[in-house]
Amino acid sequence: MGLIGKSVLRKEAWEKVTGTARYTADYPATDSLHAKIVVSPYAHAVIKGIQTSKAKEVFGVRAIITGEQFPLTGEEIRDRPVLAKDKVRHYGEAVALVVADTPQQAKRAAELIEVEYEPLPVVHSPTAALMPNSPLVHEQLGRYKREERVYPEPGTNVANRTKIRKGSMERGWNLAEVTVEERFSFSPSDHAAMETRCSTAEILPDGKVYIMTSSQAPFMAKRLINEYFGVDIGKIVVETPFVGGAYGGKASIQLELLAFIASMAVGGRKVRLLNIREQDMLTSPCHIGLDATVKLGSTRDGKIQAAELLFLFDGGAYSDKGADLSRAAAVDCTGPYGIENVWCDSLCVYTNHPYAAPFRGFSHSELLFAVERTMDVLADKLGMDRLQLRYINAIRPGDTTPTQVKLNNSNVGNLPGCIDRLKQMINWEEGMIQDLGNGKIRVKGVSCIWKTSTIESDAGSGVILTFNRDGSINLISGVIEIGTGTKTVLAQILAETLKMDIRMVHVQMKVNTQSTPEHWKTVASRGTFMAGRAVLAAAEDVIKQLKSTASCVLRAQPDDLEVGYGKIFLRDEPDIHLDIKDVAYGYVYSNGNAIGGQIIGRGHYNLRRLTYMDKETGAGKPGPEWSVGAQAVEIEFDKKHLTYRIVRAFSAVDIGTVLNEKAARGQVMGAMSMGLAFGGRETFVFDKWGRVLNPQLRTYRPLRYGEHPEYHVSFVVTPQLDAAYGARGAGEHGLMGMPAALGNALSLAAGVKLNELPLIPEQIWKMKQKEGYSHADL
Amino acid sequence: MITARLTVNGEQREVAFRPSATLLFVLREKLGLTGAKPGCLNGDCGACTVNVNGTAMKSCLMLAVEGLNQTILTIEGLKDSPVQHAFIEHFAFQCGYCTPGFIMNINSLLKKYPEADDYTIKEFLSSNICRCTGYQEIEKAVKSLLKMNREDRAGLQQDV
Amino acid sequence: MQTYDFDYYLPKTVEEGIRLFQQLEGEGKSPVYYSGGTEIITLGRLNLVETNAVIDIKTISECKELTVRNNRLIVGSALSLTAVEERNLFPLLSKAASGVADHTARNKITVGGNICGQIFYREAVLPFLLADSDAVIAGKNGLRKAPVHQVFNRKLMLQKGEFLVQLHTDQRYLTMPYVCVKRRQQWDTGYPLITLAVLKTKTEIRLAVSGLCSFPFRAFEMEKAIGQGGPLPDRVQEALRHVPQPVLDDVEGSSGYRMFVLEHMLEDLISRLEGNHP
Repeated sequence: MGLIGKSVLRKEAWEKVTGTARYTADYPATDSLHAKIVVSPYAHAVIKGIQTSKAKEVFGVRAIITGEQFPLTGEEIRDRPVLAKDKVRHYGEAVALVVADTPQQAKRAAELIEVEYEPLPVVHSPTAALMPNSPLVHEQLGRYKREERVYPEPGTNVANRTKIRKGSMERGWNLAEVTVEERFSFSPSDHAAMETRCSTAEILPDGKVYIMTSSQAPFMAKRLINEYFGVDIGKIVVETPFVGGAYGGKASIQLELLAFIASMAVGGRKVRLLNIREQDMLTSPCHIGLDATVKLGSTRDGKIQAAELLFLFDGGAYSDKGADLSRAAAVDCTGPYGIENVWCDSLCVYTNHPYAAPFRGFSHSELLFAVERTMDVLADKLGMDRLQLRYINAIRPGDTTPTQVKLNNSNVGNLPGCIDRLKQMINWEEGMIQDLGNGKIRVKGVSCIWKTSTIESDAGSGVILTFNRDGSINLISGVIEIGTGTKTVLAQILAETLKMDIRMVHVQMKVNTQSTPEHWKTVASRGTFMAGRAVLAAAEDVIKQLKSTASCVLRAQPDDLEVGYGKIFLRDEPDIHLDIKDVAYGYVYSNGNAIGGQIIGRGHYNLRRLTYMDKETGAGKPGPEWSVGAQAVEIEFDKKHLTYRIVRAFSAVDIGTVLNEKAARGQVMGAMSMGLAFGGRETFVFDKWGRVLNPQLRTYRPLRYGEHPEYHVSFVVTPQLDAAYGARGAGEHGLMGMPAALGNALSLAAGVKLNELPLIPEQIWKMKQKEGYSHADL
Repeated sequence: MITARLTVNGEQREVAFRPSATLLFVLREKLGLTGAKPGCLNGDCGACTVNVNGTAMKSCLMLAVEGLNQTILTIEGLKDSPVQHAFIEHFAFQCGYCTPGFIMNINSLLKKYPEADDYTIKEFLSSNICRCTGYQEIEKAVKSLLKMNREDRAGLQQDV
Repeated sequence: MQTYDFDYYLPKTVEEGIRLFQQLEGEGKSPVYYSGGTEIITLGRLNLVETNAVIDIKTISECKELTVRNNRLIVGSALSLTAVEERNLFPLLSKAASGVADHTARNKITVGGNICGQIFYREAVLPFLLADSDAVIAGKNGLRKAPVHQVFNRKLMLQKGEFLVQLHTDQRYLTMPYVCVKRRQQWDTGYPLITLAVLKTKTEIRLAVSGLCSFPFRAFEMEKAIGQGGPLPDRVQEALRHVPQPVLDDVEGSSGYRMFVLEHMLEDLISRLEGNHP
């Protein structure tokens, strides 16, 4: 049908440009009560008492909830109370919840709740958290219930430690003729999706729990409410309509739990909880921070022999997904390079910061900032071209990853090809610096990326196809439409496979965990891969059923039949055929006899042959395939003012077969934009009491129109053999190398090592100051 | 509470609201017009942008009572307009949450400056945040609508 | 979303506005004047403004005036910043105004609101400080006119119940060479790290600054230093010695960095004006 690669318009396009696309908070709330969260003004403090009497007097208040009676929560370690209990561990932590008839009443009552605190010393960074005399964020760490393969260290602030021990470091350092070591640091920041999180919960008299939530993981919400609160899993129904941006931040289950306990407190009545922006940034989980040390050793000709990496992730107050984020960083700790001898400790460390959710790239833009900046430092020390060093070491089929997975022509993309492509795109031969006169220079910075997706080893995705009487198909998948356009791509895969008109594919956008087959979570660039495979399976199922009915009518073996172009026909005599519409609901003979019935196709795909990692060495296969790429930015730097603008940004990525050209470019460019904003501007600013000083979009500033560079995206195509039409994940990769490329460009431009984010001019100025900068030098 | 008539999308709507209620709140919670989105309630993100007498306004920065005797156009009142078509064709949205605000802002931009230059486009469009796209698609969509680039010279959606 | 309720009043005349204030004040409603209202709405949401009555002055005709009369530019306080920008009668004012918030917000934010607001950058006042403008203020005893330098000291010094009606500026200032630059922490979004407005009269260079301290100010002392003879870098260094203390040290930037930025801005902007490049 030629639909593969075609920029098919989004299936939900008209809904989204007319304001009729509904997000969670757009559903009428006339039958709901409204909840408001009371949050902690301290980063670390003992709760001495909570006075609710004044709040209770507010007209319309139906319940006030404090943290006493609820189970601890958390995906790997149950360390997090739904509402703070005994003490608060981060600024903005939920302490109490008010339920009232209107949002105004709830807010007014929340403001009247008096909480008495006794401040405790604050743990400000993962590095500080590991000091021997550091206060403990969790004194009871050893007593928490936890999953088997997470390794907290009770008595310390270590929530998880993942070790990579590959090859022999002794041999590696012996072979290394040149070594470099760099340290990096950045604070937590935020996803800042335009839609703030929203959840409603209702508990019906028969115990059925009904939740609507802006989430990437409604099926996980269902699972965790069952696990945490003991509600029968079959009695929990979670619905997710359109989601207004997520980027990983809506993969954590947090607001749903608050909405659920709010409903419990009012006898099961429906309660809506819509985050205000400030609480969306502070109370709901954020983007992880990192302190890192990277040491690389190479031969003089640039072959890296040893890599020693220490990642101290700032998981914040609770380990939730932070434990997993730190593990994923270990899996790909070296960046996309074939290195024989690797030592890495990747820690999720408790601090008194807001806790971490996944963030687009799942700890990869973070670790790659450290590794790729160090690669530039190494190239400079070797006196070698920066892309040449990367090319020499680029991971290739036959190499092994840090967890000792042997790569082949399918499970890794073509990094050397991406580097070559990038060189052309950025005219690398002209050199990295162009003097523009006027005190300004144009400077290029580069980076390479890779990522595998370390989701649950048995994660799966299901698809149901139902026919309509006109032969059109309803495509029902558990993938959430968070903006990635995945459901349009699934429609393309279906239409291509059934050789049908894409307009005859109707996509159900909303997900309902009771009527939609499960898609594990809409995360990790796994939507197209897993659900795509499920679509293929469902299409096969449909074809089989169509052929079965048609074979009776046409009096032919099913094997002799073909399906396509709206027909079921004899392969060698296409004129002998039935229209699909005459079979899709069962075939009716002229005398009234009927056979068959509505055709319902089903398909699913589960990840296969993934393994857990060894506790001591990290060996194992935690992800199915590695997407790779090479990226660059070109900046214009003002040498006097130390300001810059990003002129152009480049990505040469191998995402396998490109299924929808414009949609794929959009994913890559959007991710690049987010990466540049993360690298160039976004961070939580903490004061000495651990309070976040900028929890608004006025002071926490995503990129705006006009600040954006020109984007150049090019695809290198190495099909992934086991993926639908060979497509690899594409949702995250554009982001991953941007902070590093920006850091590399600026470090070169300013002549100082810039190893902290965000890369604001003041940071450059500070480094210049440190290096004894004076006006005379200019 | 006051009860008053607001002119929204060409219709007179009678509605009761508190004088302290923002236009965004009244549009969404009283009139069921949820196309204008809450993103910050602080005038920062632009997701709630509507047109008031043809001018882009952040409906979270405006009291509903200020909208009396004004002509209010929300995304729901924009039908089959060139901006909407351009957004679809250029993939100028992903999650779609900021889209109504962007479209309403662009609608007022193009009416005021059908031949807007880059500076003016930036002036207007930097009022809204899109977190999904890299803005390049939005830029292309807008520029495709500038007078010189428009084959179809039909006027943009007028206030109704 | 405000948790408190307020009544809304829309007086048609200055007198009615003043009378309403007295009356509502007497009723214990803590009234506030309202023009764009953006700050009342956004700070109200955080309970940083509390009132039970707002008096919207934007249908008072004097507050919406924008004209040149008797060689004076008259700018009504309830004009939106974009209205002032679009008419562009005072290019320096257009430029200073255009740095505030964003375009859509400036459709709502007014000149008076920006100058009288709690958010302390108040960049719209810089041109009036440079042009020795007069402020027309309404109060119990009717309208009074006063030099802006007399009534604006860090903020507009209004008596209870007064509101700003207009700003009057001598027409000669409208065409004088100027530069106005807003430098932010990063790129083109956000509050100022420093906004520096410079006006060149026949005899002198005038400076007004926002973002450097917790208030905008006309930098008379720094102007003197710049007005001395000698090489520009020396004059700039001398000017830096007259920066009011303390210099802001906050999330937008440290005080040391602000001084670095100021130094280079002064050098750039003044050399542009002294080189007669408007």
